[in-house]
Amino acid sequence: MTLGKLSWDAIPFDQPIVMGTLVVLGIAIVGLLLLITIRGWWSYLWHEWFTSVDHKRIGVMYVLLALVMLVRGFADAIMMRTQLALAAGGAQGFLPPEHYDQIFSAHGTIMIFFVAMPFVVGLMNFAVPLQLGVRDVAFPVLNNVSFWLTAAGVLLVNVSLFVGEFARTGWLAYPPLSEIAYSPGVGVDYYLWSLQIAGLGTLLSGINLTTTILKMRAPGMSYSRMPVFCWTALASNLLIVAAFPVLTATFAMLLLDRYCGFHFFTNDAGGNPMMYINLIWLWGHPEVYILILPAFGVFSEIVATFSGKPLFGYRSMVVATMAICVLSFMVWLHHFFTMGAGANVNGFFGIMTMIIAVPTGVKVFNWLFTMYGGRIRFTAAMHWAIGFIVTFVIGGMTGVLLAIPPADFVLHNSLFLIAHFHNTVIGGVVFGVLAGYTYWFPKAFGFTLNERLGKAIFWCWVLGFYLAFMPLYALGLMGATRRMQHYSELSWKPWMLVALCGAVLIFIGLALTAVQLIVSIRQRNLHRDRTGDPWLGRTLEWSVPSPPPPWNFGRLPQVQTLDAHWVANHGGSNAPAAPTTVYRAVRIPRGNPTGIFMAFFAVIYGFAMIWHIYWLAILGLVGGLIIALVQAWRPEREIEIASEEIIAYESGVARGVA
Amino acid sequence: MTSAEWVERAVYAPLSEQGPAPKEVVVGFGFWLFLLSDIVIFAALFAAYAVLSGAVAGGPSGPELFDRQRVFTETLCLLLSSVTCGFGYLAVQQRRAAPAYLWMFATIVLGLLFLRQETAEFAAMVAAGAGPSRSAFLSAFYTLVGTHGLHVTAGLAWLVVMLAQLATLGFEPMVGRRFLCFALFWHALDIVWIGVFTIVYLGAH
Repeated sequence: MTLGKLSWDAIPFDQPIVMGTLVVLGIAIVGLLLLITIRGWWSYLWHEWFTSVDHKRIGVMYVLLALVMLVRGFADAIMMRTQLALAAGGAQGFLPPEHYDQIFSAHGTIMIFFVAMPFVVGLMNFAVPLQLGVRDVAFPVLNNVSFWLTAAGVLLVNVSLFVGEFARTGWLAYPPLSEIAYSPGVGVDYYLWSLQIAGLGTLLSGINLTTTILKMRAPGMSYSRMPVFCWTALASNLLIVAAFPVLTATFAMLLLDRYCGFHFFTNDAGGNPMMYINLIWLWGHPEVYILILPAFGVFSEIVATFSGKPLFGYRSMVVATMAICVLSFMVWLHHFFTMGAGANVNGFFGIMTMIIAVPTGVKVFNWLFTMYGGRIRFTAAMHWAIGFIVTFVIGGMTGVLLAIPPADFVLHNSLFLIAHFHNTVIGGVVFGVLAGYTYWFPKAFGFTLNERLGKAIFWCWVLGFYLAFMPLYALGLMGATRRMQHYSELSWKPWMLVALCGAVLIFIGLALTAVQLIVSIRQRNLHRDRTGDPWLGRTLEWSVPSPPPPWNFGRLPQVQTLDAHWVANHGGSNAPAAPTTVYRAVRIPRGNPTGIFMAFFAVIYGFAMIWHIYWLAILGLVGGLIIALVQAWRPEREIEIASEEIIAYESGVARGVA
Repeated sequence: MTSAEWVERAVYAPLSEQGPAPKEVVVGFGFWLFLLSDIVIFAALFAAYAVLSGAVAGGPSGPELFDRQRVFTETLCLLLSSVTCGFGYLAVQQRRAAPAYLWMFATIVLGLLFLRQETAEFAAMVAAGAGPSRSAFLSAFYTLVGTHGLHVTAGLAWLVVMLAQLATLGFEPMVGRRFLCFALFWHALDIVWIGVFTIVYLGAH
């Protein structure tokens, strides 16, 4: 029996930071498992959550996963900020280069793939079927499989912290550095396999949601009556279907180079490292829109709801969304203007990059005009929306600056770039998902989050962001580069200290998020949402009770207008006549353990491949195959919910007893 | 509601306002999306091949290695298997077991013949010192053609499973939908192969 490259040397006993984390995390995990066992929660968790095929539960699990990983990604961030606040002049800080390199690689990988992606996918999963007025996504079991494959990727990335190492190559693992000749360790393999497994989950989820939006809408919901969040989700999932296969293929080529001696991206035998950089950004640029478009959708819902007005320029919003969806495939080269494409090519991509800013500008004006003349309620969710508009415009403008190739030659790979993309990702995606979390939380759990704490969290994030990243713009202009473990220029240190203060402020925001959750749960009877519509919303998810029953809609709504819920409740003469209350029995799919078993074997396969334990890898593949066959012969089991039960539930809600 | 009834209702209001589509339509549409994503994978591999096809690194080039005679018969096998698969799917739709088994069996035989010729080609090339590690061109060649070959292999395994499902479960709607997906998959592999045949083998110079 052979364990491949795995031995006791793989565990970094000599690194106190890693070992300390391991001990704390170990105690926390054992404590959690003990608590679940003592309270006897396993059966509940297994039946109601882990094997659930209900899109709302799966959405909640995605968001929880993202929040946990946000803590991990943030831990990396604050370590980097601390290191750079210390390592000026002759000082070396507390992180040696080989550890620092792993931290910035892990930070980027985790924040994009395992925080932003699951958060966005989770919100779409939760809200899209409710907004479309249907009972579930197109493929409920597949939805559960997608979630668990993402979780499998998360597990592998976290194992890399304690067994072996993570990549030291940056978050996109450019060759030739990521080739076996220059990265002989398992770090790049952890990176590649965890992203391949999670990427498969993302692709399946993209197919699922695209099919849901295009083929599963309530009667009467034509495309021009779809909420804007559904439109942005459609654009985002179309991009997933079109872009993620490129990532899979590119990583497959790098894996073949590393494992089988192929020469796709090597320096010798005709390999072409630039091809990797083109291919990865052919995925990578659409990816930023995969993340930001749903965030735009969240803000569109929030701005319209809390301004008490229909969204200004619905059609232009839809056109802008789909324009971005298409244009996002035509700008990838702006990520490497300096890598020798030549003036004409750079010119083309520079202009395309400026053009893609136009539809985004249209959106900003639409949000502003929606607020104009509205009766704005300054809730926590609305705070995020306003903070986003201001912050994102700054990030967008520095982006247009970087789109000018001569300027990019000066700023490429400097901290200016780091400040720019954090400006858009934090100010856009993070604000967006946290706004969505605040906005839809009452729908998911039946009570609103504490608003005061919500606003405090917002101020911590927004001020923390400006403190942490505005100095980085200045530092970038002074010549500070990214991925730098120490520096000799002492005049940079004050800026670095300010940036650290910003990171600390964001940390307080994160801690308050946990506090807010606990406080809100304890005060849930104060903030109970009894109407199903705590915000006076406009779209169909607010027409069902909070939390919605497993079947969402006892009777599928008949949609006649945009903002169907608002018009039905407040629409005056446009309101549709009270529907006749005829309920039919509803069939919903039963829970299914295929996803969690699949993910189990995916982890075994991934871990075995990382450590070259080929017999175990084969075992993992065979296990996955068996699970697939069992699923193939599993009869389509559905639970039938009688009409009496639905009527009882809905009338119970109407009386306020459910 | 069958898909025909669903489409018929579009006389009274647009199809986009008809409510959730029947399962058959949803499954077929979802599988089309999957196929599109699969074709994007091939697009990336084609692009890599196009970039690297000249990078022979002093080793053998395409025209020295390819046997177009063999590739022609290989192509015939695969295209014919698409025809037999089409007839097999028609039989499944009409719920006629005997012709379904017969045509699908023919599909398996033709698929295996295709694979046999492909593996023979690969084996001969490796024996002649032209393995995937020899040059970037060969890396891209084996990956592109081999990925298609892996798809054919997976497709055949899937077809065997589907025949077992037919034998054990009969013409259930679920089985019918899976045959639909399989038929789409098998035809998509043909489309990809036309690309391989044209760009890799006819395009070799």
